[in-house]
Amino acid sequence: MGMTITEKILARASNRNSVTPDDVVIANIDKVMIHDVSGPGVIKVFSEWEKKGIILDHIWNPDRVWVSEDHFVPASDRISANNITLLTNWTTKYNIKKHFKYGLGQYGICHTLSHEEGLVLPGEIYVGGDSHTNTTGAMGSLAVGLGHTDIAYVLMNGKIWFKVPETILFKITGHKPEYIMAKDIILKIIGDIGTDGANYKAMQFAGDAVDKMSMEERLTLTNMSTEAGAKNGIIEPDEITFEYLKTRSDKEFLPVKGDFDAVYGDTFTYDIESLDPVIAKPFSPENICTVGDIEGRSIDKAYIGSCTGAKLEDLRMVAKILKGKHVKIRTEVLPAAQSIYLKAMKEGLISIFLEAGAVVGPPTCGACCGAHMGVLAKDEICISTTNRNFPGRMGDVESQTYLASPLVVAAAAINGKITDPRNELS
Amino acid sequence: MNKLRGKIHKYNKDNIDTDVIIPGPYLKIHDHKELGKHAMEGLDPDFSKKICEGDFLLTGKNFGCGSSREHAPIALHQVGIRAILSPSFARIFYRNAVDGGYLLPIEIDPALIEKISDNDEIEIDLNTNTIINITTREKFNIKPFPEIISKIVKAGGLLYFKG
Ligand code: SF4
Repeated sequence: MGMTITEKILARASNRNSVTPDDVVIANIDKVMIHDVSGPGVIKVFSEWEKKGIILDHIWNPDRVWVSEDHFVPASDRISANNITLLTNWTTKYNIKKHFKYGLGQYGICHTLSHEEGLVLPGEIYVGGDSHTNTTGAMGSLAVGLGHTDIAYVLMNGKIWFKVPETILFKITGHKPEYIMAKDIILKIIGDIGTDGANYKAMQFAGDAVDKMSMEERLTLTNMSTEAGAKNGIIEPDEITFEYLKTRSDKEFLPVKGDFDAVYGDTFTYDIESLDPVIAKPFSPENICTVGDIEGRSIDKAYIGSCTGAKLEDLRMVAKILKGKHVKIRTEVLPAAQSIYLKAMKEGLISIFLEAGAVVGPPTCGACCGAHMGVLAKDEICISTTNRNFPGRMGDVESQTYLASPLVVAAAAINGKITDPRNELS
Repeated sequence: MNKLRGKIHKYNKDNIDTDVIIPGPYLKIHDHKELGKHAMEGLDPDFSKKICEGDFLLTGKNFGCGSSREHAPIALHQVGIRAILSPSFARIFYRNAVDGGYLLPIEIDPALIEKISDNDEIEIDLNTNTIINITTREKFNIKPFPEIISKIVKAGGLLYFKG
């Protein structure tokens, strides 16, 4: 019986010839990520373990670990400032060189760094202390989010247990209209299968529309597999993946593809040629409708940021709509990494945003998780390129967030209300 | 550890997410006591005052969906919750609850939600995979833990689990 790409990666990492869904394996890990929220959590687990007499004077492999500062940078208060110091002392102690520090060259949102910096390669198993670690599965890797205890365990042992997930295949076909982005496609899928539609399962994306999709757009699909509860989102690596990595990594890797007779738990097909722009209403990513259904609803703020919707192409799409126009509502643009900020500046995108009246901020998770840097007030309504809109996600529990593609968010920014991007793309 | 007894706090709502269990601004906090004070703040501001050591939660499906924050099971453990009864759990929450040794995620038949009321006294028996509603004298089956989970639970968390 053939295996899917997820099963093959797990089999290889656990030194088995084959695995089937529900097998429990102990897999060797290739890469680990922690950030300024999960890092201090892991440090806390280490200190609890030390109290129990476990000596942790070194970790399994410091070269395979990287650290990002993203959720609470620039430090929002004394506690988060102290967390950064704690993290810095810890990376120094354990000799972790890849610590992407705020204000010191390249830094940004952890999931963005993982592809921008070519930190994870096809065929690898990558675990991160963040639920959207799934994002990096678009590179043909098995990327899974874990909690602090699990990450601490991996840092000590270099391996961890996994239950082999069943794979659901999403075949995306047809020519993608210019007003449709990967965000519309994944919102549509989550609307259909629900926020627990892929719980414990792997979501694999394929089909001719995915084959033609750029790396950054693919990353939006896998990023939001988390919102359907998936263990991982994954796309088989191809020429687009290898081309993307060429300028970003000179390391060797062993890519994996699924067998021709792989068994999928379920297969869904989406023809996107006739898809209308999609939006998720408060308070769940599954609460979708077409943009047309609620056109005209007024909005207080447009947010363009996060690991989901502030990659270079996302910013290009926003600029397409904002060029020569003025925003009618508070609009914030936060490129997802310093390198993306710089590229956007060189392409002239940043001046388009500023001339349109938007504010451009430093890369940070900040407002995406309602932590700082522009959280929402009671009753405020936001339209956002991010991935979650649970109650209180972006601020007050009585604020509201609509999730949509960068095109839809930009169209709302210049009209102050929900607008079909087709009206703005000439 | 094989038998637990406690009082039920019922929140019959599906998809209780991690932003509700412990909101984003508290993610910078790693002091467990402090986290406990804010448990379930997004759903019930008085939650932490209602819970006694050893109590259980009864909730709708997909409990703990959303982020990987281990703050969520930590905060619930800290206020005294020792088990959660739900038709299903989000995978990272489930893993964190078990691997960290914080609390037991008990999968139940969705029909049970109607048969157990707020404040009922419950006994969970992991040997027989049953729960007894002491208040109503009814007995129900629960889904047994997969083998690996059962071993990690018995060990008291992933740290003590030896293959
Ligand atoms: S940008 Fe938002 S979704 Fe992405 S890692 Fe940061 S907080 Fe999480």
